[in-house]
Amino acid sequence: MYNLFKIAIRNLMRYRRRTLLTASLIAIGVIFVLVFVSVSGSFKNMIIGQITGSMLGDIEIHRKGYVASIDNLPLTLMMNPPQVKKADGAIKTIPDIEAHSPRIKFGGLFSNFTETTNIRLNGVYPDMETKTLPLLTSRIMQGEKAIKKGEIIVPELLARGMKVNVGDMVVVIATNKDGSVNGKQLKVGAILESVTGPGGRDGYVHIEDAMEILRMEEQEISEIAIKLYDFSKLNTVAHRLDADLSSDVKKQDKPVFEVHTWETLSPFYNIARMIDMMTLFIKIMLIAIVLISIMNVMIMAVYERIREIGTIAAIGTLPGKILAMFVIEGFSLGVLGAVVGNVIGLVIVYILDLAKITFNFGRQTGLLLSPALRASDILVVSVIVIIVAVLGSLQPALKASKMEPIAALRHV
Amino acid sequence: MGLVMAENITKEYHSGEVTVRALKGASFNIEPGSFVSFVGPSGSGKTTLLNLIGCLDKLSAGRLLVAGMDVSSFGKKDSAIFRGKNIGFIFQDFNLIPVLTVFENIEYPLLMVQNASPGDRKKRVMSLLDAVGMAEQKDKYPDQISGGQKQRVAVARALVTNPKLVLADEPTANLDHKTAYMVIELMKKMRDDFQTTFIFSTHDQKIVGEAEILYMMEDGELVGKQMKGGEEHV
Repeated sequence: MYNLFKIAIRNLMRYRRRTLLTASLIAIGVIFVLVFVSVSGSFKNMIIGQITGSMLGDIEIHRKGYVASIDNLPLTLMMNPPQVKKADGAIKTIPDIEAHSPRIKFGGLFSNFTETTNIRLNGVYPDMETKTLPLLTSRIMQGEKAIKKGEIIVPELLARGMKVNVGDMVVVIATNKDGSVNGKQLKVGAILESVTGPGGRDGYVHIEDAMEILRMEEQEISEIAIKLYDFSKLNTVAHRLDADLSSDVKKQDKPVFEVHTWETLSPFYNIARMIDMMTLFIKIMLIAIVLISIMNVMIMAVYERIREIGTIAAIGTLPGKILAMFVIEGFSLGVLGAVVGNVIGLVIVYILDLAKITFNFGRQTGLLLSPALRASDILVVSVIVIIVAVLGSLQPALKASKMEPIAALRHV
Repeated sequence: MGLVMAENITKEYHSGEVTVRALKGASFNIEPGSFVSFVGPSGSGKTTLLNLIGCLDKLSAGRLLVAGMDVSSFGKKDSAIFRGKNIGFIFQDFNLIPVLTVFENIEYPLLMVQNASPGDRKKRVMSLLDAVGMAEQKDKYPDQISGGQKQRVAVARALVTNPKLVLADEPTANLDHKTAYMVIELMKKMRDDFQTTFIFSTHDQKIVGEAEILYMMEDGELVGKQMKGGEEHV
């Protein structure tokens, strides 16, 4: 094998300029893929992190039918205490769940005593919510980074429109599920940055204040948000939760709960999928570049060396070894392009990271792009290049191995 | 029993509806250790005959035994294995592999065909480099040596696997007379040293006399056989 590699590398060195050009073309393809994967991946991960870490959580449990009407925040589709207990029990059996937070979500009127507007509110247990949404407090622009009883955290746009500041008194009025209206005076504890996405413009109150406003005698819950230790286990945990909770059915044999990952709750998932599609297309382009360039070079290599092929075949070299010689040549070219591309790609990604590029997404400004490459990205791109290089050299190599020595020796 | 036994061998080429008979029923017997030449003008069938003996081409009719094997029944892979074990080749254009040094070119059949051990390879190659007088040039590449030196390397490469038979198609055609004569002398010496049978084709009248057995060919037919010291018609 060593000798086959030695001959392949010497043959590549023999046509140095051609080898250099082909390897450069492959390397450029690899660089494009790596830079695109790192930049788009960084953007995607950052936005997903924002959505799951400051708004939704990784997974949410609702009562069946709630998500279909989520825009109305229906109070009639909440989980009652036994159902909450059942969901809690299921959550506690899964060790991959780091934290969870029950929420009462409701809509109401927000008044500064001179003006009134609509508001969507989350009633939460502060400790549980901040553990489930670790980035939530980073969105607090003014005031104390905490959700206290008797206080309200007002979204930025609403605070600006209603001209309320931290420390001001406001009134929240809401209708409960029985249709009775109640109001409560709350102090503005903090102003929360508005972000793009579901729940990005909601306010926060303590769960006991929410119960008081809604005149709840026993606690009912709109949703339970869940944070995982390892985000990559998202679907596994969601399926397990779904399976554990699906045994609970109503009289009509319909399940009581529904389990959703952030993907089905946030429209950003479609953008994330588009980014994945674009990454796939870029990888397909890389495959085309490698395939065409390697095939072209190897076809030329076989054509130029027909007499050599005839000679080694006449000497007694078996067709399999002739095939291996040319495949190894293509493989070596692929490895060269992949290595050079990876090294330059890593340097470019490192420079981009050092450059501290910022961007805006929706209302969020100055988001810092931190392009990074995982070992798996480099491995996948390298494996693609090498496999395609081998495939690209296979046809010319097969042609070489099938040549009749006598015809090859006669070739001029 | 002869090393090469041909009985009425024929080779036809088909080009569209035209059939060309390159070899018309040749019969001969070559003994081991012979130094044989097939001579004749271009198109007389010398190369076709050498290609058939060398298992590079297939017979159209007749029977051909090389080293006791009926080579007409061989498939492509069998032919390659047989060639690798039993036959060495010397080509008119030397056909050295340009990316390999002189040493590596001679080593190639041991390495790629016979899978010999490194120690055995080195021993065999060095002994042949000494035998053909190319030991000092062993690290040079083919484009760094002369035509005569290239053919010496080709002779060494043909002999390195200890073949029963070496076939040389016009081995001196690209060499000046002096060098051609030296190459033929080298081949003779190698025959004496290694007891290998040499069969070569030529149309160079100046080196024809160096062969011990001479087969004359014309229009695809063997028209005469001459041995040093007498003549015998086929």
